[in-house]
This record gives sequence, C-alpha cells and structure tokens, in this order.
Amino acid sequence: MNAHLLPTGSPYFSVPETQLPERHTLSVLVDNEPGILARVVGLFSARGYNIDSLTVSETEHDRGLSRITVVTVATPKVLTQIKLQLARLVPVHKVHDLTAEGASLERELALIKVGGTGEPRSEALRLADAFRAQIVDATTESFVFEVTGKPSKIDSFIALMAPLGLIEVVRTGLAAISRGPKGM
Amino acid sequence: MAEQMTGAEMVLRALTNNGVTHIFGYPGGAALPIYDALFQQDAVQHILVRHEQGAGHMAEGYARSTGKVGVVLVTSGPGATNVVTPLTDALMDSVPLVVLSAQVSTTLIGSDAFQECDTVGITRSCTKHNYLVKNVNDLPRVLHEAFHIASSGRPGPVLVDIPKDVQFAMGTYLGPDEIGTTRHASYHPATDGDAAAIAAAVDLMLRAERPVFYTGGGVINSGPQASERLRELAELTGFPVTSTLLGLGSYPGSGPQWLGMLGMHGSYEANMAMHDCDLMICIGARFDDRITGRIDAFSPNSTKIHVDIDASSIGKNVRVHLPIIGDSGLVMAEMVRIWRSRTNAPRTEALAPWWEQIAKWRAKNSFGFTNSTTTIKPQHAIKRLHAATKGRDVYVTTEVGQHQMWAAQHFPFELPNHWMTSGGLGTMGYGLPAAVGVQVAHPDALVIDIAGEASVQMTMQEMSTAVQYKLPIKIFILNNERMGMVRQWQDLLHGGRYASSYSESLPDFVKLAEAYGGKGIRCSDPALLDAAIAEMLDYDGPVLFDCLVEKHENCLPMIPSGKPHNEMILPDFTEAIGDIIDAKGRQLV
Ligand SMILES: Cc1ncc(C[n+]2csc(CCOP(=O)(O)OP(=O)(O)O)c2C)c(N)n1
Repeated sequence: MNAHLLPTGSPYFSVPETQLPERHTLSVLVDNEPGILARVVGLFSARGYNIDSLTVSETEHDRGLSRITVVTVATPKVLTQIKLQLARLVPVHKVHDLTAEGASLERELALIKVGGTGEPRSEALRLADAFRAQIVDATTESFVFEVTGKPSKIDSFIALMAPLGLIEVVRTGLAAISRGPKGM
Repeated sequence: MAEQMTGAEMVLRALTNNGVTHIFGYPGGAALPIYDALFQQDAVQHILVRHEQGAGHMAEGYARSTGKVGVVLVTSGPGATNVVTPLTDALMDSVPLVVLSAQVSTTLIGSDAFQECDTVGITRSCTKHNYLVKNVNDLPRVLHEAFHIASSGRPGPVLVDIPKDVQFAMGTYLGPDEIGTTRHASYHPATDGDAAAIAAAVDLMLRAERPVFYTGGGVINSGPQASERLRELAELTGFPVTSTLLGLGSYPGSGPQWLGMLGMHGSYEANMAMHDCDLMICIGARFDDRITGRIDAFSPNSTKIHVDIDASSIGKNVRVHLPIIGDSGLVMAEMVRIWRSRTNAPRTEALAPWWEQIAKWRAKNSFGFTNSTTTIKPQHAIKRLHAATKGRDVYVTTEVGQHQMWAAQHFPFELPNHWMTSGGLGTMGYGLPAAVGVQVAHPDALVIDIAGEASVQMTMQEMSTAVQYKLPIKIFILNNERMGMVRQWQDLLHGGRYASSYSESLPDFVKLAEAYGGKGIRCSDPALLDAAIAEMLDYDGPVLFDCLVEKHENCLPMIPSGKPHNEMILPDFTEAIGDIIDAKGRQLV
C-alpha cells in the first residue's frame, strides 16, 4: 500500500500494540496538597480505569511531596493513556511505570487476626514462624500477626490461616520502589 | 512591591495585573466583598448576566474571539453549580477561563451552611485545575497561577474558590512577577516539538502522493500566527486542507486547497480524502468520534502524523505512526523552515492525480440542497446571511443542532477566532451568551448567533444583558418548530416517532424581542429574506430574527453512526432514510 511511507525505523514511530491486559505498578510523585488523592482516584473512575491497589503517603515533608503507588490492569494502549492522563494533572511531577522500567521491589504489610485454641492454634503459630510473621497482639484465644512481603506471600499466608480460625485481615496495599542506585 | 490589602482587593489587583478588562458575573452573599471592591474601581468592567451559565459562555465567547483568558465571578452554592455546564464546555473545547467562585467562610465549610456546596469537589472533573484558598496570603499566588494554567499548554478552565472570610482578611499582595517560582513546579507544558520528529514528518510529506492536512481547534488556540503558518505550509506543500468544526477559519474558506469541514456532517471530498489518503497530517485535532466515524475503518491505509500539545490526545482513539508533542504554531513554523531547506518547488506533478481525484469528489456537491421559492430553506438563509455580511468584520456563534452544522457548511470563514461554537460538549444555549461575550470584546464588529428556536430558549434571558449593555448582537433563529437534529435522528433510527421533539408553545419571538427592549423581525417568504436581513444588519441594537424555515429539512451529508467515511449519505440519497443505519449503528450516538 504505502511502501514509500512505511516507518523508517525512526524512534518516533510508536510500536504496534498487543491488546492483552497487563498488570502494572505505577509510582506517581505528587504535590501533597488537599484534593490530590481525589484528583487521581477521580481520574481512574471517570475514565473507567482499574485500581487494584492504591497507597499514598507523604514521603518528602520539606518539599511537600507524596508518593502514590497504584497497581492497575490494562491493555498497553490504555496503560499509556493512564500514564499520560496522570502526567497531565497539574500537581503531578512524575509518573513512573515500575513494571515497564525493569527490576523493582514490591512490599505489602498485613495484619491478620486468627482465633482458636488447641492444635489449630499451635499450627497457626508454627506457620507464622515459617512466614516470619510477628505476633503483635495475643490473648488466650487469639493472635494478631503482622506479616510483610510480596503480595503473593501474604496471599498464601492468609490462605493457610483460613481453616485455622481466620477472623479478619487488613492490608496496606502495595509500596514499590525501583532497584539500584537511581531515584525517581 | 508587597502591599497590604484585603483578599477582595487582591482579586481586583490580580485581575488588572493579568490584563483583565472585563468580567462576567452575578452577585450573592458570599461574593459581596469582591463586588464591593469591584464597585470602588474602574479598571475592570463587570457585565451583569441573567444566569451564571450565561456568564460562563460569555467568557468563552470573549476568550475564543480574543485569545485572552475569559473571567467569571459567581457566588457560592447555586452560583457555582450554575457554571458547571460552561466549565465542562470549556474543558472539552480547550477554552481558557478563570472562574472565581465565592465560598462560605472557612469556619462554616463542612457544616452544610446556607449556600454551601463542595465547589472544588463538583468542579474537579470539569476544570483543568481548581483551588480552594483558605489563607489570604496564598491568594495572589493562586490567582496568578490560575491565569498561567488556564492560558498555557492546552488551554482550559481553572476555578478558584474563595471563602468569604478570606475575601475580608488582610494579607500581603505580590504581583505576578514577584511570586517567584510558582508552587506547581510540576506544571510545564510542552512547547517546541522534537526536532528529529519534525524532520521525519517533513520527510514523509516530501514523499506523500495523497496527503491531507487535518487541522483542529489547536491551531486556533496556538494564536493567529499558527493560522499564518498553516496557510504558508499549505501553499508550500500544495496539500489539501480540511478542518474540524472547531478549527474553521484557520485556513480560509475561500482558499484553493480548502476541502470544507470534515466529520459526520463534513463534505464528501474532505471525508473521502481522509479515507483514501496515504499521509494524514493531523495538527491540533483529536480524532474525536464525530470525525473518525467507525474507528476500525477510519483511514485504513494512511500513515498518520499527529501534532498536539497534549500528549494524552495522541494515540487515544487512533494509532498514529509519528507523534509530535508541541505547540502547533511552533511545530508548523519548524516544518516550514525544514521544507524550505529541502526544496523550493511545489510537488505539483506528484500531487496531480490526487487533486484530480479530489475534483471528482467535489463534483458531487455534497453541500448541495434543493432550493425553494415558497419556503425558506435553512441552508439558503445562511448563504444569504453570509452574502449580506461579506466584507464586514463578522463573528458568528451558534447554538447546537442542524443550524450549527449548516452554519459550518455554508458560512465560510477567512480568519481564525471568528467562529464560536460548542463542539465537544454540544451545549444548546451556548450561542446567545457567547455572542454577548464576543460583542463585549469587539464592540464595533458584527456579531451573529445562528440559532435554533429550541436552543435559543435555554439562555434567552441574556437578551436582557445585551440590551442593558447596548450590545447589538443579531440572533438569527432558523425556526423549524422542531428540535431539528433530534427529529432527523428519530427519522433515521426510530421510525419517525417524534417523541418530544416538537417545539410547542413557542413564544412570539418578535414580541419577545420587544419585551426585552430589542428589535424583532420575522420572515417566512424567500422573496423578502434579503430585505429582512438588511433590516436586521442596519438596526443599531440587539435583534431577534425569527426566520421561519422548511420544517423537515435534513442536515446532509451525513456519515451515519457505525459507518465508515466512504459510506456517507449524500443529499441525493434514494433509500428510505429509516433503513440506512443498521442495528449496531443504532447503539452509537
Ligand atoms: C443542553 C442540551 N440538551 C440537549 C441536547 C440534545 N440536542 C442536540 S440538538 C437538539 C435539538 C436542537 O434544536 P434547535 O435548537 O431547534 O436546532 P435545530 O436542530 O432545529 O437546528 C437537542 C435537543 C443538547 N445538545 N444540549
């Protein structure tokens, strides 16, 4: 058709996309000002993007900066839109796609309340030890475990606790950072 | 020079420091300190509207016809909620606005106080950015930043919510240049496009055999010099030019390379050129669904270059091969420079077959219509209006519907910033107040709102504003006693069942004009039309012109929803109109 106009291999030609959804962790550096979280969350809901996990906290008090870590599932095309739409918000400084940019560390913390006595209680303790979970509260018929790690590790710990008297779980959502010496 | 003053005085000072001479507004309890400050100065003139929606559209008309920021002042609660429609309209069409809304005192916020509403919450998704100012010393910085954000990058509306106690409080005022680094170090919109990408674009343009420039509102927003660059680029390259509804005027409607508007009601030649081109150069447009038609059949074989200042517009709807993020005027200037450095001969021969093809499409005369000697055809009325105003400095606004599309088809523009219409949001009621805003900015120009009888009633009350400020706007109503565009869709899609699309109990527009203190004219006879138009143009004051037109005229050509560009309905269609769109197309809007 357009042989005379086919992309020249210039870096400015965007690559064709595959349209399978992927899970990506985005790190968003923002001004810590009123309404910033509503702005980010509102963008996701208004444009129909998914949020699988969201964490936000001030990270540099002196410069008034917060970091938002958001995990989303989207096709590459939508993912590009998400990043560009986020970057367009006035208080957003930077948007990094940690998944696309290579090696990154992802951690989550969970508090897990397990009730019971007798053998199930002893089994819960043994498993907690194996998962390096801390006991942060104890009564004669319950524990609260604190466990940190990748979300998959927390998922498996919770699954193991389920038959042993799991009462409730609270998770922080994901905190993520790139490996190596360079910062955002 | 740091100076002590109240928050209300800061508002006025910041307005003058940012070059504002007119604001559109409506008072109320929470806004009274600012109104008091307004009363005690005369650098800024306040135009009192009749409804805050009118203020918003007036500011839009003012902004689009001048390139300056339009400014609105409203009170808390209902004042603020009434500007939500114009804010959304301005966001969709990239119009720079600063809206100042008063808020209840900071001590009352959150208590469901009288006329309290969560203005920043409500307007967060319909502004480019918004602020609630709780400390008077933040006010100067926020106001200056609001003007900067509204007018730079991709322009848009910015709202500043100012509680009443902040308006009363004393604080330190600093001017725009004394603020130093604005707080939002994060905001730095793109300007120049990437040089290598622009060079790559020119390379493609030099090799293209069936190219087309597809231009949009971004060319107008970049300023008059961008339109000049477009004209230069078109002349150098010899490429055909089409434009979106919002881009009309950036290339002259009388220009030899002009294809007419593209899109759903665009010309056959423009849409066919888009469909069959080998190189599409999109400048400041956004591949909106009214332009692309069925997206998977949109210009299937072309290489696409997209120049836009907003990176998120690129690749959103259509995959493009060569994105260039930057200001359209600067990018085109660079294209002109590089093109000149490569060649100085237009590629007339290489493009000749393409122009021959375009001539064949043009011969279809897709904006054609059958005229009548007994009833006024709406297209004919617009053509006569255009003929009567030729050579004058004329600005046109519109409402939304068939009349809007006919105006875009039959009223060509030679200059940018002379055509104001609600494109993205399609807001009925936009045109009359927008015309008021345009006339405020250009007191000696001829300003015409081409209207439908349904739309115009949505903001009719601003006729009173026009009379109060002696703004001689001309409201030219194409009265088909129908919501014509709705009626047309009901014929296309719903078996001609006209659910609620009659304009019943219409007012007598002549008497209505007189009741407001303006002039009313009615015309239903094609033979008397020219004289009636002349009477309207001669009258020094606001006129409501009730032009009674053919009731069931369809707005054609049309790309039916769910169809690609090369399956347009042309004016000479022969099928039953209700059979054209299939089941899938019916679900689209
Ligand atoms: C505020 C608003 N409400 C509803 C619509 C939907 N709508 C689009 S065109 C139209 C009819 C417009 O009728 P009229 O102003 O008489 O213009 P005509 O199509 O007859 O030229 C309607 C109801 C809209 N665009 N805006």
